[in-house]
Amino acid sequence: MPVVTYRDALNQALREEMDRDPNVFLMGEEVGVYQGAYKVSRGLLEAFNERRVIDTPIAELGFAGIGVGAAMVGLRPVIEFMTWNFALLAVDQVVNSAAKMLYMSGGQIPIPIVFRGPGGAALQLAAQHSQALESWYAHVPGLKVVAPATPYDAKGLLKAAIRDDNPVVFLEGEMLYNAKGEVPDGDYTVPIGVADVKREGSDVTLICHSKTVTVAERAAERLAAELDVSAEVVDLRSIRPLDTETIVTSVQKTNRCVVVEEGWPFCGVGAQVVDELQRRAFDSLDAPVLRVTSADVPMPYNKKLERAAKPNPDRVIAAVKQVAYLD
Amino acid sequence: MSQPARLHHVEPGRAEFYHRLLRQMLLVRRFEERAGEAYAQGQIGGFCHLYIGQEAVAVGALNAIRPDDYVFASYREHAHAIIAGTAPGAVMAELFGREGGCSGGKGGSMHLFNVEHNFLGGHGIVGAHLPLAAGAAFASRYRGTDQVVLCFFGEAAVNIGAFHETLNMAALWELPVVFLCENNRYGMGTALERAAAVWDVYRRACSYDMAEETVDGMDVLAVYEATRGAVTRARQEHLPTLLEARTYRYMGHSMADPIHGHYRTKEELEEQKLQDPIQRLLRQLLDDELMTDAAIERMRGEVEQEVEEALRFADESPEPPPEALYTDVYRD
Repeated sequence: MPVVTYRDALNQALREEMDRDPNVFLMGEEVGVYQGAYKVSRGLLEAFNERRVIDTPIAELGFAGIGVGAAMVGLRPVIEFMTWNFALLAVDQVVNSAAKMLYMSGGQIPIPIVFRGPGGAALQLAAQHSQALESWYAHVPGLKVVAPATPYDAKGLLKAAIRDDNPVVFLEGEMLYNAKGEVPDGDYTVPIGVADVKREGSDVTLICHSKTVTVAERAAERLAAELDVSAEVVDLRSIRPLDTETIVTSVQKTNRCVVVEEGWPFCGVGAQVVDELQRRAFDSLDAPVLRVTSADVPMPYNKKLERAAKPNPDRVIAAVKQVAYLD
Repeated sequence: MSQPARLHHVEPGRAEFYHRLLRQMLLVRRFEERAGEAYAQGQIGGFCHLYIGQEAVAVGALNAIRPDDYVFASYREHAHAIIAGTAPGAVMAELFGREGGCSGGKGGSMHLFNVEHNFLGGHGIVGAHLPLAAGAAFASRYRGTDQVVLCFFGEAAVNIGAFHETLNMAALWELPVVFLCENNRYGMGTALERAAAVWDVYRRACSYDMAEETVDGMDVLAVYEATRGAVTRARQEHLPTLLEARTYRYMGHSMADPIHGHYRTKEELEEQKLQDPIQRLLRQLLDDELMTDAAIERMRGEVEQEVEEALRFADESPEPPPEALYTDVYRD
């Protein structure tokens, strides 16, 4: 199977869906002539011309709303935010227009749109450019929220998102664009709302998504080698809808759980996972569920402070030792 | 400002057209009066923004577009929904929160929708529907149709970022949209002069090299003609227009607000009512002998009956079933 980067997997998804459906178009800052701020849209302007690959001014609220308006009359826009940090300017259109239109129109107006772009911290970009906002959007009924970790999932989920008749918030990992993985040629989709067990294990469940899948996998390798602890890694892939079934099944097997996410702790994705587990797997738990998150602070610039703020394998291992009473 | 339209030399068929304009204005005026009463009686809840005084704008403008054009409006949109083709009963039922409402009782006064007639809301965040309207216009260009978008908003929306971002992109991409600002002089209780550095809304267009015009919004024929020009520009040249209609609302910002008080005087309100759009057209029709007193009375009677039927329909329409709470959140 061909090995491609996360970036190119996304590019393939866009290219194939634009080939497949003339209603699909890509709009955003620098997506055309510049070939994408992160080169996700490389070559698309040449392939589909400026009618379908549209460079915008820096006006997130405006072009997000134009996308929603186009979706209201049946087009299937893919709106690229250069990063999700800038998408905060557009949150009114994502929440008040896209998410609510179907409901407040009494079912008359679906909004088949994808809002996509990189989220999460990169390296030393400081407070305003380093944040994982999954839980903001996952809070809102009417939105679907996905955050793939691998090139395979990135391609399959983006294709599923474009074909979905609902607004999908598609969070890419800024640090994942160069990640490589096997991606089959041709058409396939990964269903939204289905988690994936990335590594099987029997002693503890590590729940993660996007960039923290790698963190959890590294922790799992070391747990096996250093402590003889078998960790199961469950990649949520979709935050909303949340695949509670897979989470609960795993925890019923391992009886212990650590949730790893890049967002802040308060009202985070992990808080929702813990809520599900205490209701649906209470009797299976041998220890309180712990969470490894970003520190509850705006991201500092200093390299050492930044490293201390982000989830890492050491912190995951420490949490696993706690839930396994190994300390 | 345009000249008052002259009706003396009207061609055959024009009289019927004027009658239609008059009838629509009478209908939405009476509709709003009765909605206000229903609100006072507790049959309508939440926010309810009445359109009384501004009828010439929606009626004049909506008669200048084709049925396949798209219409977007703010939360003061009962009249727009009706004139765009929604049955008054379906609008009243929506205000009552009933299943027979044009949004199934889930939208309410601020979120009227009627896809069948391309009436696309009904939006409650000031200025936020301007990009939506530009998006529909973008879709017209994308598909190569000649559909035009007519977007109504109040003058308070011109100070919000979405207005500027949208006008810039509409001009840049040559989108076929008419931005029709209903300048009723007050954003809730704040006069335009207290909120804007530039008091002529139409002048905002020059920032985006966009065509603009200002029109007497109390003159239905002037609004019709001005909108027709802007719609032609959009349809034939794919160019947007910022059209400012100067109008006035007689009621408070919403039913929850006072009609006058700290922000405007009773005297100002009474003086404005001398420009009443319905009275103006009535006078013209009578002066030009295009309508008789008897015909006008007959029309008032018909309108009265239509609004009463709308109220009856709303009242008899069932509440949405409990399971409606969880439908329409996602499309399967």
